[in-house]
Amino acid sequence: MKQSLKNSQSMPSRPWLQRLHIKGWASFLIFLLLFKGSAQICDIQLSTFFQNLGQFFELIKKMLHPQWSYLAVVVAPISETIKMAIVGTTIGTLVAVPFCLLAARNIAINRFISSIVRFFLNIVRTIPDLMLAALFVAIVGIGSFAGVLTLAVFSFGMISKLFYEAVETIDPGPLEALQAAGANKIQMIVFAVLPQIFNNFISYFLYTLEINVRSSTVLGYLGAGGIGVYLQRSLDSFNYSQTAIIILAILVVVLIIDGLSNYLREKLL
Amino acid sequence: MTEKPLISIKNISKIYANGTVGLKNVSLNIPAGQFVVIVGLSGAGKSTLLRTINRMHSVTQGDILIDGHSIIHYKNKQLRQLRRSIGMIFQDFNLIKRSTVQRNVLAGRVGYYPTWKSVCNLFSAADKQKAYQALQQVGMGEKLYSRADALSGGQQQRVAIARTLMQDPKIILADEPIASLDPMTTQTVMKDLKQLNRQLNITVVVNLHSVPIAQQFADRIVGLRAGELIYDKLIDQVNSEDFQTIYQSSSSSTDMENAS
Repeated sequence: MKQSLKNSQSMPSRPWLQRLHIKGWASFLIFLLLFKGSAQICDIQLSTFFQNLGQFFELIKKMLHPQWSYLAVVVAPISETIKMAIVGTTIGTLVAVPFCLLAARNIAINRFISSIVRFFLNIVRTIPDLMLAALFVAIVGIGSFAGVLTLAVFSFGMISKLFYEAVETIDPGPLEALQAAGANKIQMIVFAVLPQIFNNFISYFLYTLEINVRSSTVLGYLGAGGIGVYLQRSLDSFNYSQTAIIILAILVVVLIIDGLSNYLREKLL
Repeated sequence: MTEKPLISIKNISKIYANGTVGLKNVSLNIPAGQFVVIVGLSGAGKSTLLRTINRMHSVTQGDILIDGHSIIHYKNKQLRQLRRSIGMIFQDFNLIKRSTVQRNVLAGRVGYYPTWKSVCNLFSAADKQKAYQALQQVGMGEKLYSRADALSGGQQQRVAIARTLMQDPKIILADEPIASLDPMTTQTVMKDLKQLNRQLNITVVVNLHSVPIAQQFADRIVGLRAGELIYDKLIDQVNSEDFQTIYQSSSSSTDMENAS
């Protein structure tokens, strides 16, 4: 009784390490030092940036006069880019689904297998997409097929990580219920896992599609087809009025995908 | 029938991987058709005991017989068939919230289907009818096509009961089925369980916190304290003072001494 009275009068005190938030401040300080060191190594000089800012406005000025007639030329390659992105992302996603189920710790058959699958996925993600494009151009030749293969592998690496992390956040309750009802692993996945993550899958798919539309512009440089070929051509010939049209076209596509993604998420949720 | 119990738990002990003792030398025979309520403090081992019966938890020592067959070494298909014959009800209902009530109830039937058929949603017309009847049995027939997350807690628990009915269970295990419900829905859910017990002769084992509810519905009350079975009486021999011993663990009694 005495003890509890005493406790109610004076608040329990914390050790000074906790009271002064030493860990938090120390982490912040270390981060600041790392930031400063990194900036020095990267040779960051803001003065150079501002001295030559005129160059930037020069370029913007040229781009502010888009050559609208070029739009007709751009339509075919941009639709090719979209098709490449859709096919590539779809293939990558379909392959990613079984892999993400093997990699997710909460439903994996065992930890050893999931570790191996994760290691493999890390390797896939490490390969730069430019290298993939070069590789596939060498295998199947210049054209959009090489682009599709590149995007498929890239999407596979990205989607499988996003997917297995989503799978790991599901509510384990329904899984337990299905297991207790005598369901096997595949039945548990179809009935208890997929309904919980379907929306995440859709929005990650659309997000990857958007990234692929943008990154396929770069792939064009390597001859992997799509709008990138035209972007490269206009930049190489300093024809910024055409570049502007291409960037605008890509923006429109990205906006449409984003709108679609938002719409579907609201509908499905 | 009384001399050969449906569930026969023989001297089981459970020690978790981290060294925590879940159950200490527990023995319990449950005849078919009995409505057994297990009471005890949180952490007394009620959930562990319940989950050893359908092998959601394995035991460290001892044996469990169901219908005279030892189940502790069951694997794969045999284990799934055992679980199929034992329904389970959870505190948090464990429905698939984004699926319809119908799909949730049919999920209780997957143990009777080959994988490809259930995955392709090829449930037979008879089973769809059965799902509707199971829902009607718990008064939820008109919610067949609602989404599970549109239902209240009590309704969700009744859907969960309908799901276990799809298993054609011999036994229903209910782990704190009313802990997330208000007093009104508590009565409905407990009455549903009691009705299944009486009408379909399903053996029911329920974990509860509430002694009054236990006394209202049980045929027999079993008490656990710190992993040990310390109390076991048929309902007509139970008197209220008995519960003092169950709800007085060694640690809480020292707390009370300190406080006074």
